[in-house]
Amino acid sequence: MAMFESLSERLGSVFDKLRKRGALNESDVAEAMREVRVALLEADVALPVVKDFVATVSAQAIGQNVVKSISPGQMVIKIVHDALVELLSDGGDGEAEGLNLSVEPPAVIMMVGLQGSGKTTTTAKIAKRLQATERKKVLMASLDVQRPAAQEQLKILGEQVSVATLPIIAGQQPVDIAKRALQAAELQGFDVLMLDTAGRLHVDNALMSELQAVRSFAEPADVLLVVDSLTGQDAVNVAEQFSRQVGITGTVLTRMDGDGRGGAALSMRAVTKQPIKFIGVGEKLDALELFHPARVAGRILGMGDVVSLVEKAAEAVEIEEVEKLQKRMEKGQFDLNDLKSQFTQMKRMGGMKGLMGMMPGMGKMQKAMDGSGIDDKAINRMEAIILSMTPKERSKPDLINAKRKIRIAKGSGTTVQEVNKILKMHLDMAGMMKKLKKMGGLGALAGMFGGGGAGGPPMPPPNMGGMMPPGNMPPGFNKFGRR
Amino acid sequence: MIDDSLDDVSITPKRGFFARLKDGLSRSTGKLTQSITGIFTKSKLDAATLEELEEALVSSDLGVRVAADICAKLKKDRYDKTISADDVRQVLADHVRAILTPLEKPLVVNRTHHPHVILVVGVNGVGKTTTIAKFAKHYRDSGHSVLLAAGDTFRAAAVEQLSVWGARLGCAVMTTKVGGDAAGLAYSAIEKARADGIDVVLVDTAGRLQNKSGLMDELSKIRRVIGKIDATAPHDCVLVLDATTGQNALNQIEVFRAIAGVTGLVMTKLDGTARGGILVAAADKYAVPIHAIGIGEQSDDLRPFVAEDFAKALVGIE
Ligand SMILES: Nc1nc2c(ncn2[C@@H]2O[C@H](COP(=O)(O)OP(=O)(O)OP(=O)(O)O)[C@@H](O)[C@H]2O)c(=O)[nH]1
Ligand SMILES: [Mg+2]
Repeated sequence: MAMFESLSERLGSVFDKLRKRGALNESDVAEAMREVRVALLEADVALPVVKDFVATVSAQAIGQNVVKSISPGQMVIKIVHDALVELLSDGGDGEAEGLNLSVEPPAVIMMVGLQGSGKTTTTAKIAKRLQATERKKVLMASLDVQRPAAQEQLKILGEQVSVATLPIIAGQQPVDIAKRALQAAELQGFDVLMLDTAGRLHVDNALMSELQAVRSFAEPADVLLVVDSLTGQDAVNVAEQFSRQVGITGTVLTRMDGDGRGGAALSMRAVTKQPIKFIGVGEKLDALELFHPARVAGRILGMGDVVSLVEKAAEAVEIEEVEKLQKRMEKGQFDLNDLKSQFTQMKRMGGMKGLMGMMPGMGKMQKAMDGSGIDDKAINRMEAIILSMTPKERSKPDLINAKRKIRIAKGSGTTVQEVNKILKMHLDMAGMMKKLKKMGGLGALAGMFGGGGAGGPPMPPPNMGGMMPPGNMPPGFNKFGRR
Repeated sequence: MIDDSLDDVSITPKRGFFARLKDGLSRSTGKLTQSITGIFTKSKLDAATLEELEEALVSSDLGVRVAADICAKLKKDRYDKTISADDVRQVLADHVRAILTPLEKPLVVNRTHHPHVILVVGVNGVGKTTTIAKFAKHYRDSGHSVLLAAGDTFRAAAVEQLSVWGARLGCAVMTTKVGGDAAGLAYSAIEKARADGIDVVLVDTAGRLQNKSGLMDELSKIRRVIGKIDATAPHDCVLVLDATTGQNALNQIEVFRAIAGVTGLVMTKLDGTARGGILVAAADKYAVPIHAIGIGEQSDDLRPFVAEDFAKALVGIE
C-alpha cells in the first residue's frame, strides 16, 4: 500500500539521524521534534493534532530522560511509536473494531460525509461484506435527492453485489425515504438497513439538520463518517462538525489505495475519538478492509519490532554494570573484561537469534547467519577464550605473547587463530573507544546500539571468519561487523 | 429517461454573483484571517510569532515550503519590528497574488476549432461531472452550442448523472453503453459536433487515482484517439481539484499533466471551510493556468479565477 510510504520515509530519515548522532542533547531532541512536526504536516495531519502529538512526545522524552539513557535515539523512536499507536487506537487495544450489529434488527447504519468522499460505493462495499461474510440480510436505501442519479447509482451497485435496494420513488424527501426504508426492513425481516445520504458540507445548516432528523428517527446503531484519505487540513473541521452536529460512531477512510500520506487517518481518530472502522482500498466492491491501528502505526514508522527490542534491552542490561562500563569507556579504556561483559549482555538479551529476529529487515541476515556459523555457539567460544586468560591478561592484553596464546587456545578448546581474532577484535574496539572519547564520548557509542536499522544502509555479509556478529549489535559490535 | 423532478428540490436561494463568491470564499478564509489577527494583535514579529504565522498558513493547505517562504520574506523585512495585522495580511496577499496572477486564464471557447474540445479529468469524486455541467451552462448562456460526451462508462449511473444535467441545461448528451469505449465515444462526439456545427464538446471521464497506471494510460489513449479526428484536439484538458484535498493535489497535477496533458485547473468545493491554499503551492511549483473555481453544487456555481480576489479572500482583506 503506497499510503503512508512517504510519511514513513520522512520519519525514517529523522530517526536515522537520531541513531547516527548517538549522543543527544536537548536541542537534538527538539530538532527531531521539529522535523517530526514537518513530516506530519506534509502528510496532511491536521495542525492541532500535530501540535498535541509533538507536545505529548516531547514531554515524555524529557520525562524519561532520553538524553541520559543508554540508547537515546531508540528511546525517542519508541516514544513516537507508542504515541502513534495511542493516537490511532485511543485507548483501544490496537485491534480492528467492527460494526455495532448486536442490536434488535434491523440494525441501521447511516453513512454521512462531504460530497465526493465515496459514501455510495462504501455503502455497497459494507453491504456486500455483511451479506457475504456475516450472512446478514441487508437492505440499502439512498436518501440522496441532491446529486443527479445518485439513487440510481446505489440501485445499480445493489444489483452488482446482489443486495436489495429500496425502490426509488421520485420526488420523495430524505426523512420520508428513511421512514419507508425502516418500514420495509422491519416488514421484510432484514437484519441490516444501510442509509446512504447526500454529500453535504458541514457548514450547510439546512442539510445538517436534515441529517439530525434522519438520525433521531432511524436511531442508527452506527453512524459512519466517510472521509477521503487524501483530505488536507480541512479534515479537522469536517470531523469536528459532523461529530458535533450529527454524532458519529466511527469513520471509514476511502481511497487508501492512493499515494497520499494518510495524515487524515491520524486526524480523524484524534478529533472524533471514534474508531476508524474500515478503509476503502480500491474501486472494486470487495476492496474494503478492516482498519488495524497497531499495524498502521508500524507501517508509518516503517520498522520491525524495534520497540520490543528497546524494551528488552532496557530490561536485560543492568544499569550499574553499564554505568561502570560507560565510565571506563569515557576514559577511553576498554579491556578484555569489558569485551566479555558485552558478550554476557548479548546473551541476556536473548542471544544472537533473538536479537536478529527483532531487528527490522534482518530476516535475510538471519538466514545468512544460519549458514555461516555465527551463532550463540560462536559467542560462547569467544567468551571461553577470554575466560581462559588470567585476570592480568584480561586487563593488559599486551602481555599475551605467542606462548600464552597457545595456553589460552588449549584452555578454551579453540585455536591460536581464533585467539588472535579475539585479540584483533579487542584492539579495534579499544581503538574505537579512544576515537569515541574524542568525538564526545559515550552517548555517541550508546547511539550506535541498533544503529542502521530501518532505512539504514544494508548490512554487509558476516566476514569475521565465522566469529563476528554482524552490525546492529551492542556497543562496539556495530562498526566491527561492517569492516 | 430519468425523472427530472430532481430540479424542484433545489433549495439554494438565488443570490448575486459577488455575494455568493464572497460568502463562499470568506467561509473558507475566516479561520485563517482569525488566526493571523490573533497572532499579530498583541505581539511583535519574533521567532514564536513567525512560527505561529507559518502554522496558520500550513493549516490553509499552503504547504510547508510556501509557508516557510512567506515567513522568510516577512522575517527579512520586518524582524523584531512591531507589525500590525493589516500589514501582515497585505504582505501575504501580495505574495499570493504575485504567484497566482500569471496563472489567471479563463477557459475561452475558440470558434475556429470545429468544435472546441475540452477533456475533463481528475480523481474520483472531485466534481468533474458537475464542473462540466457548470461550463456547459456558462457556454450555453454566452451563445455557444454545446455537446456533452458521457465518457465515464465505468461508474454506476455516471451516464445518467450527465444525462440529467444535459436535460436540465438543454444540451445534447452523447452516451455509450456501460463499460463501453470512452475514447471511441469521444471520437464520435467530435464527429457529430463537426457534422452539426456545434461549438464546444465537453468530454467527461471516469475518476481515477493518479497512481493507477493502467487507468492513467486510458487517458492518454483518449487523447490519442481524439487527435486522430483533429490533430489539435483536445484543445484544453482540465484537471479538476477538490479544495479539501491536501498535499496530494500536487502529485495529482504532476501525474495528470505528464500523462493526460493537463493544460489548466479548476478547483471545486470552495464553498466549504477548505481554503484551497494548495493552489498557491501548486502554482508555485507547476505554474499550470487556473480557469475557474466551484462554489456550490448548482450549475451556476462556477466563477472565473481571479488571483487578486482569491489572494484577498485567502488572507481576509475586504
Ligand atoms: N459543495 C460543493 N459540491 C460540489 C462542487 N462541485 C461538485 N460538488 C459535488 O461533489 C460531488 C461529486 O461531484 P461529481 O461531479 O459527481 O464528481 P466527479 O468527479 O464527476 O465524480 P466521479 O465521476 O464519481 O469521479 C457531487 O455531490 C457534487 O454535487 C462544489 O463546487 N461545491
Ligand atoms: Mg463523474
